[in-house]
Amino acid sequence: MADIVTKATRESFGEALCELAKTNEDIIVLDADLAGATKTSIFKKEFPERFFDCGIAEGNMICVSAGLASAGKIPVAASFAMFATGRAYEQIRNSVGYPHLNVKIAGSHAGISTGEDGATHQCLEDVALMRTIPGMTVLCPADHYEMKAAAKAAIEHVGPVYIRLGRLAIDSFNDPDTYEFELGKGITLQEGDDITVIATGLVVNECRKACLKLKEEGINVRLINIHTIKPIDRDIVIKAAKETGKIITVEEHNVIGGLGDAVIEVTSEECPVKVRKVGVYDRYGYSGPAWELLEKFGLTETGIADVIREELNK
Amino acid sequence: MQNTTKLELKKLACKARMGAVEGTFNAKSGHPGGSLSAADIMTYLYFNEMNVDPANPKMKNRDRFVLSKGHCCPSLYAILALKGFFAWDELKNLRHVGSMLQGHPDMNKTPGVDMSTGSLGQGISTACGMALAAKIDNLPYRVYTVLGDGECEEGQVWEAAMFAAHNKLDNLVVIVDQNGLQIDGKVSEVCGIEPLDKKFESFGFEVIKINGHCFDDIEAAFNKAKEVKGKPTAILAATVKGKGVSFMEDQVDWHGKGPNKDEYEKAIAELEAQLKELEGEC
Repeated sequence: MADIVTKATRESFGEALCELAKTNEDIIVLDADLAGATKTSIFKKEFPERFFDCGIAEGNMICVSAGLASAGKIPVAASFAMFATGRAYEQIRNSVGYPHLNVKIAGSHAGISTGEDGATHQCLEDVALMRTIPGMTVLCPADHYEMKAAAKAAIEHVGPVYIRLGRLAIDSFNDPDTYEFELGKGITLQEGDDITVIATGLVVNECRKACLKLKEEGINVRLINIHTIKPIDRDIVIKAAKETGKIITVEEHNVIGGLGDAVIEVTSEECPVKVRKVGVYDRYGYSGPAWELLEKFGLTETGIADVIREELNK
Repeated sequence: MQNTTKLELKKLACKARMGAVEGTFNAKSGHPGGSLSAADIMTYLYFNEMNVDPANPKMKNRDRFVLSKGHCCPSLYAILALKGFFAWDELKNLRHVGSMLQGHPDMNKTPGVDMSTGSLGQGISTACGMALAAKIDNLPYRVYTVLGDGECEEGQVWEAAMFAAHNKLDNLVVIVDQNGLQIDGKVSEVCGIEPLDKKFESFGFEVIKINGHCFDDIEAAFNKAKEVKGKPTAILAATVKGKGVSFMEDQVDWHGKGPNKDEYEKAIAELEAQLKELEGEC
């Protein structure tokens, strides 16, 4: 097992773009005055002639990307998740999604872990918004190594992709020597038959820690990491529903329209079981240090372990 | 670039207008007013300005056209049919289920359409992206986009204008079809946009004002635009909404409805008379 890398996925993504751009001349990166924060600045430094700052004008940036894609480029448009998917939602729907253009949208500072900036910048709706767009692939990688692999897959995939990036530095848990990323395929991190936890993004490692702890208590949780929220891995969800019954979903997102609902859309059609959603319950966040907020919203190891125990005791 | 005579252009534009009337009549809906006001400009673009090949609609180095005011596609479709991108007969299927001719342009369904548009303000940005791609690759193609004057109320038009000037997109030509009307009434009364020339100038554009129905003006403007270096060009074209069909001219009601049978017959008769007169000039 390689050393643990402590890094925000936004940074891993910025590094990955640089590596990919060395062999792929079609990659063009655009930002909306947030290059320093989204970490596309890493790309800008290495490939200034392929970087375009659009200024604080996200709608225009998305449509410029659509035009670039129509001419054969692979544009990566980055901003905070809130503005990339919220402000420019309709541009994404009509100028990227409808013509199914090869645009990659990177939304950083997603989720409550954006921290001190508070509710206006803590995007809790991006996954829901992007899931509604036909043909859009929605990615939410969980650590440094997964982000690197996801970035490569996003560039290689022909069609629109939304990729969710976090601000907070987090520990890696995947082993780069054995890790394999396949678009649309979930990864079982821990086998178990008592109950299933399905998680995405930054909270996956918290779930992993919770599951290890519960194992010591004799509770065998199946833990599934979903890096591709759309198209979701239906098989892995159905198998879990059939084999373990109850499912708990965990995400740093509003429980409306996110991973939890994506899982329920599968179970309700294929194998109805109880699905308990852990996430942000139809409310806004607020300012504070990221880890304190995650704790408050029950999205850390302790909170997640408590919910698992509670569900098993019901 | 071809060298179509002015007379030939007038005849083609007249036929394009007939196609727009044909389409909106069969669709029982659509936008004849703006289709007719932009018909001369788009006819000129496809028959005397742009390097396009109907046999190879996706040709890499073709000039690009984006109808930012996507609702005016009935005349664009007619022009594409006249140019040979698809059969004229398709026009009667406008807006029908399964048709290649959608209510607003769809680049994946209609040969010759370079960008899907319809949501106002977005086409000009996509045109900027195409022009930027040409600059990045040092390719010679040019990008043209037609906007409505009401469309200039969209903030994104000005985001795009800033972007175009900042990136020195001198291969981009923005044409504003200034027919003075939008759905809710006169542009000047809904939410005035003037002085539009000064706005584009201050955003870093070369501005050319023309009569959008005069082919001499149109030709001079596009020729001048080719000589402009280091900045984009905006051609502000004064037009008449509904141009060519007497009872549709300058009538806001004809923004977004199809003609009924009587109106259709009257409109086609007027346009046929115009065409006949033009043919008499041969």
